[in-house]
Amino acid sequence: MHPAFSVIFLTTLIGVGQGLFLALVTGQVYSLANLLQPQDSVRFYAVGSALSLAFLVAGLVASIFHLGRPERAWRAASQWRTSWLSREVIVLPVFMFLVFLYGVIHWLGWTQPLFRIKGVIPVDATLLTGVLGALAAFALFGCTAMIYASIQFIEEWHSPFTLVNFTLFGIASGFMLAAAFSAWSGVDLVGFFGAWAVVFTLAAGVSRLLSLRRNARLVHKSTLETAIGIRHNRIEQKSQGFMGGSFNTREFFHGASHTTVALVRLFFLVMVFVVPLLLLAASYWLASPGLPVAAFAAQYLGLVAERWYFFAEAKHPQNLYYQSMA
Amino acid sequence: MTQLALVIDLNVCVGCHACVTSCKEWQTSGWAGPLTDHRPYDKDPTGTFFNRVQTFEIGEFPRTETVHFPKSCLHCEEPPCVPVCPTGASYKREDNGVVLVDYDKCIGCKYCSWACPYGMRELDEHQKVMKKCTLCIDRITDESLPEAERKPACVLACPTSARLFGDVHDPDSEVSLAIRENGGYQLMPEWGTKPANHYLPRRKTRIQIFEDELVRADNPLRKEGPLPAAEGETLDDVAF
Repeated sequence: MHPAFSVIFLTTLIGVGQGLFLALVTGQVYSLANLLQPQDSVRFYAVGSALSLAFLVAGLVASIFHLGRPERAWRAASQWRTSWLSREVIVLPVFMFLVFLYGVIHWLGWTQPLFRIKGVIPVDATLLTGVLGALAAFALFGCTAMIYASIQFIEEWHSPFTLVNFTLFGIASGFMLAAAFSAWSGVDLVGFFGAWAVVFTLAAGVSRLLSLRRNARLVHKSTLETAIGIRHNRIEQKSQGFMGGSFNTREFFHGASHTTVALVRLFFLVMVFVVPLLLLAASYWLASPGLPVAAFAAQYLGLVAERWYFFAEAKHPQNLYYQSMA
Repeated sequence: MTQLALVIDLNVCVGCHACVTSCKEWQTSGWAGPLTDHRPYDKDPTGTFFNRVQTFEIGEFPRTETVHFPKSCLHCEEPPCVPVCPTGASYKREDNGVVLVDYDKCIGCKYCSWACPYGMRELDEHQKVMKKCTLCIDRITDESLPEAERKPACVLACPTSARLFGDVHDPDSEVSLAIRENGGYQLMPEWGTKPANHYLPRRKTRIQIFEDELVRADNPLRKEGPLPAAEGETLDDVAF
């Protein structure tokens, strides 16, 4: 498949936004259980929500460049019964609204407990929106990943790994950003978010390596024999019916050499899984606020390469009809 | 229920591209046109087409065969491109099974083209909407045309009648008969998309002759002469 940067930025940016929001809610739940000291509502949670929202808006803006007719995009909410893309179009704004609400409630300081569970756990409006937002964040991971995983013809994508990878990459990069945000704003949560970022990054690494192994061993169902229905081991295309290229040759081929694709794979494996962990470990010793920020930046860059490779490794069966121009 | 479709006879197709040009002409000048081109008279010309003829070489020289393969939307009975559409612009007509795109609803997200294993949908570079073979829906449903002309442009243009058009759900239609009697098959049946369009394979007519049929002892066409000395029973002594 041709890697479109609009979609690469959409999926990676909203993944970061979702992950950061989940990190904020996780922090709040931990401080509720007295495992962490409570943070300042305005400076930490409201600004953090704004940061998460900024990533989500950036992703939404990137997605507009993918559409031929963005002025009609509102129509895309209509087919939620059958289309995962339509479901994403609904869940994304709902999630953005909940993130906004979460930030605003923290900003206004409406943190008086509304009621107490079993007389012990105080539940306030921020916790309720936080939990709803977390559910929406997971639903959005599901919708985004299922857009790719639900297409049975693109066998590299049609696997539960797609779902697991999208979710873990989003959460890992979000916790990484939470660590960077804590370090930058001088909040003493770098260790907490950093540790979780390492855990999720390693989990994503295991899942991605397994999916790389699966895709390397994949035997495609369709062959040129089934594509044109002629039983012969040796079929050679002599003409595609045109000489100057078409939508079929532009949309479904990445056009990069084997070497480039292999280099991108190496680059993302190093930048997503190795460099951020080394930078976080260094920040643990040096206590520098710049290192977690660098760790997030490196991982995000790696994730862009990872998403590029995700498209490039997918081989669409229609490519069987476009093997040589001749 | 009616399911209109094409049956394309690979045994007859000569690869002249008449179906390609007549399709382009009808679709670009019809009410749903234009079917735009990009740099048509320049380097790397490209454009939107609903129908292409590709050519494949089967086998290795000297035992090769050239197959011309016309390729257009198969109007699947289980079209995978329709349910993925987020706007409902892609739909399958209830009355005749033709898969169509509502150009006024399409947002050009290209998701349906990903969901078609055959690569039959193309994004119009200028109008920025997804387009595909309509089976000349404006022509086959136009009752002001004489019955014989209510056929897709490609079918009418084919000089060798390699393209048949009709209802594949009617067991007695020309297309059903052709599929049944001439070995009609579907493309990529492994995906369960149930393409309505079928292809008829290349066919060879061969007579089957066994050696002993060529050297019958009492061949009436043989040169006159005395019958051979008895060498035991021949096939003709026991069979009549």
